[in-house]
Amino acid sequence: MTTKTAAAPAAAPSEPSSRFSINMRQSGIYVAFALIVVLFAVLTDGALLQPQNISNIIVQNSYVLILAIGMILVIIGGHIDLSVGSTVALTGAVCAVLTVQWGLPWPLAVLLTLLSGALIGAAQGYWIAYFGIPAFIVTLAGMLVFRALTMTTLGNQGIGPFPDEIRSLSNGFTSGYLGNIGLGPLGGADLVSLLAGLACVAGFALSQWRKRSARLGYGQSVDPMPVFVLKIAGVALVVMAVVVQLARFRNLPWVLVLLAALALGYSLMANNSVFGRHIYSIGGNLQAATLSGVKVKAVTFWVFVNMGALAGLAGVIFAGRLNQAGPTAGMSFELDAIAAAFIGGAAVQGGVGKVVGAITGGLIMGVINNGMSLIGSPSERVMLVKGLVLLVAVAYDVWTKRRG
Amino acid sequence: MSDDVLVMRGITKRFAGVTALHEVSLTVRRGEIHAICGENGAGKSTLMKVLSGVHPHGTYEGEILFEGEPCAFQSVRDSERRGIVIIHQELALCGQLSVAENIFLGNERSRRGFVDWNRTNHEAQALLDRVGLRESPTTRVDDLGVGKQQLVEIAKALSKEVKLLILDEPTAALNDDDSQHLLDLLDGLRSEGVTSVIISHKLGEVTRISDTVTVLRDGKTIETLPAQGLSEDRIIAGMVGRDLEHRFPPRTPDIGEEVLRIEDWTVHSPAQPDRVVVDRATLSLRRGEIVGLAGLMGAGRTELAMSVFGRSYGVGVSGRVVKDGREIDTRTVRSAIRHGIAYVSEDRKRYGLNLIEGVQRNVSAAALDKLSSRGWVNENEENSVAERYRRSMGIRTSSVSTPTGTLSGGNQQKVVLAKWMFTDPDVLILDEPTRGIDVGAKYEIYSIINDLAAQGRAVLVISSELPELLGLCDRVYALSEGRITGEVSREEATQERLMQYMTRGQGS
Repeated sequence: MTTKTAAAPAAAPSEPSSRFSINMRQSGIYVAFALIVVLFAVLTDGALLQPQNISNIIVQNSYVLILAIGMILVIIGGHIDLSVGSTVALTGAVCAVLTVQWGLPWPLAVLLTLLSGALIGAAQGYWIAYFGIPAFIVTLAGMLVFRALTMTTLGNQGIGPFPDEIRSLSNGFTSGYLGNIGLGPLGGADLVSLLAGLACVAGFALSQWRKRSARLGYGQSVDPMPVFVLKIAGVALVVMAVVVQLARFRNLPWVLVLLAALALGYSLMANNSVFGRHIYSIGGNLQAATLSGVKVKAVTFWVFVNMGALAGLAGVIFAGRLNQAGPTAGMSFELDAIAAAFIGGAAVQGGVGKVVGAITGGLIMGVINNGMSLIGSPSERVMLVKGLVLLVAVAYDVWTKRRG
Repeated sequence: MSDDVLVMRGITKRFAGVTALHEVSLTVRRGEIHAICGENGAGKSTLMKVLSGVHPHGTYEGEILFEGEPCAFQSVRDSERRGIVIIHQELALCGQLSVAENIFLGNERSRRGFVDWNRTNHEAQALLDRVGLRESPTTRVDDLGVGKQQLVEIAKALSKEVKLLILDEPTAALNDDDSQHLLDLLDGLRSEGVTSVIISHKLGEVTRISDTVTVLRDGKTIETLPAQGLSEDRIIAGMVGRDLEHRFPPRTPDIGEEVLRIEDWTVHSPAQPDRVVVDRATLSLRRGEIVGLAGLMGAGRTELAMSVFGRSYGVGVSGRVVKDGREIDTRTVRSAIRHGIAYVSEDRKRYGLNLIEGVQRNVSAAALDKLSSRGWVNENEENSVAERYRRSMGIRTSSVSTPTGTLSGGNQQKVVLAKWMFTDPDVLILDEPTRGIDVGAKYEIYSIINDLAAQGRAVLVISSELPELLGLCDRVYALSEGRITGEVSREEATQERLMQYMTRGQGS
């Protein structure tokens, strides 16, 4: 019997703490991401990590990453959403009509666009949750229907240009309110961006410290202090490296600020909220969740409403970036978002996945896209590699599961 | 000797540490109907799966001689080639296909790779005539009732030139007329020289139709008897045995007021809304009392429990649930939980646990509200709750975040019990709480059940193991064909008596 007394400080070495041991299945994705970044940094002679390029990767992939956040929740719940590409197009068109044609103030227009996205999600969620049609079918129908509605809304032509505020949300950067600061050989960098980066790191460290203290207070095992410090230092290093590069270019992209907020909020929601837990329990074992009193239908419904709203946000950002809402916007975005979720460790049968994993999965594809185009690969080869990466990632997942 | 079409000798079959069959022997004479009787879990179905190759040669010990030759079946296909056909309790028909297509499925009447529809339908018609099913061979199987589907299965078996027909609970889902027709058909096939083995709980049928009866108990052959002049009581005596060891922790019951009463409870099958699964059942539970619910497979025990627990089973449910003297609404799982009812399913992997999540998240799953404020879960509190149950119930796991899928059956069952104990229920319905777990873990589960009762909760235990009910319960209800057919106190309860109630109104 290994009954441990409550007041064990730090981690006793005999305790096989799952937090300490490296879980290859979950951390494999981050290791793979790091390797891919290093690989392309070498192949492109460092061009990948240049300030402007890092900024480009973030801005170019922002809408897929936003979709991936919604998609991972859908997939954890055991469903799929094929309609998000068309929803991006339709909400972009709605946003264009509201701002360009009707001349509504942009905050109101954005709000109404998000609402229309949520409504689209609600319509699909109704059929899936309450009527019991498989999500694959409902959203396949949605994919066609919403694309058709996009064309109707736009009258088969692009609508633009968008107000500056919406454009800067997609493409713009924070202003250098406090001017630049010299970083020696790296040249000048924006002070606000650097301070924001430092604030992020400090916030992360503080929250981790409080979590650790709370766990200790409850007599639970935690990482030994050196490992804990090392983890914080690692995260700080990566965040600051990215922030410094961005600060050297044109400050922080607004969309990065938005993404960071979404990533943080949705991670918390998935891990720590009752709603998030219910999504995992439905995907993990539908019958057990039902017999535990989880309102399965309501949860499923709201997961799709959320997906629709996020697709609306992606629609605004994508349209703003192109400065035009077009009938072909968002083509095959659903596939990128689904691929991001699965590369990021989601399980096909549901119940497994992390928001941060999906974002990492999306970034892996973004880096491959960007890196390969930097070295001049033709687009068919990029597609080929992305397809194989998806297959290998899921194969790895299946393989580790079988061994475990 | 040459009269013995089938001889099985010394068959031993183990599943992951559990011995399902121990040195079982069975001899079937040519042209007879041989019945196999035994309680649920006695090993009847396993024995038939060994015979038909569902469990391939090499996964069991012992030998099988069919028509004097040793057999080493690797699959069902091998045994069918020799003329051994098994018809499972759950019929294996494709509902969307026609009767004729089903009969020749995997065995198509074809010419150069193309199905010869004329021959298919023609031969199917001949087989249907033989089993006395007046339906067109082109009828969709889904459009037939269960009784007729059963006949299609038999026609399918006949199409394979069956020598030994095995039927697992063939009449369990049939009404009296269909049962009678099926038994007449078996009688007819016997005169054509087809040997049949039937597994049946309906002892009236067994004594009426069969020539020989073999009784299994706890994975062993107890006896083989000629059916001529055999009484049902004699079979029951063999099925239940007489060894009641000290397998139960001691307990002094402290029984209080009635806490839950189920009145006139009627439930219909969702698949066949005109079939009554639970028929005007009335039962009551008191504080601190452990009550048993006995019944054979298909008697409606689980259906009764699940329909009370948030209408999780059944359609056309009627009746009243009264708790502490007031009628309560249990139409959703949430309202049932809110009224202090907990249901621990018989199938913990399918209905009880999220196998990919840790112990702590399973323990909290039915009462997450207790661990959260404004929609946010306190994970630390959650972990310490799980830790508390891990210690008090002796859940053997390296950490409370270990996925429950990696735990042993006994420990999984403790996690499910912990989950429901955490909802702080007044009434716990435990459906087969010790199924598939070893003897040591069973004792621990019994102790937990005793503790629950000692805390003033009422416990309803559904079990197929009569000794378990006798050892554990203060009172036992018997259920047969959806009806409560008897209620016996601990003092009056014997296995024979319960078995009589459990088989009452069946067959005879």
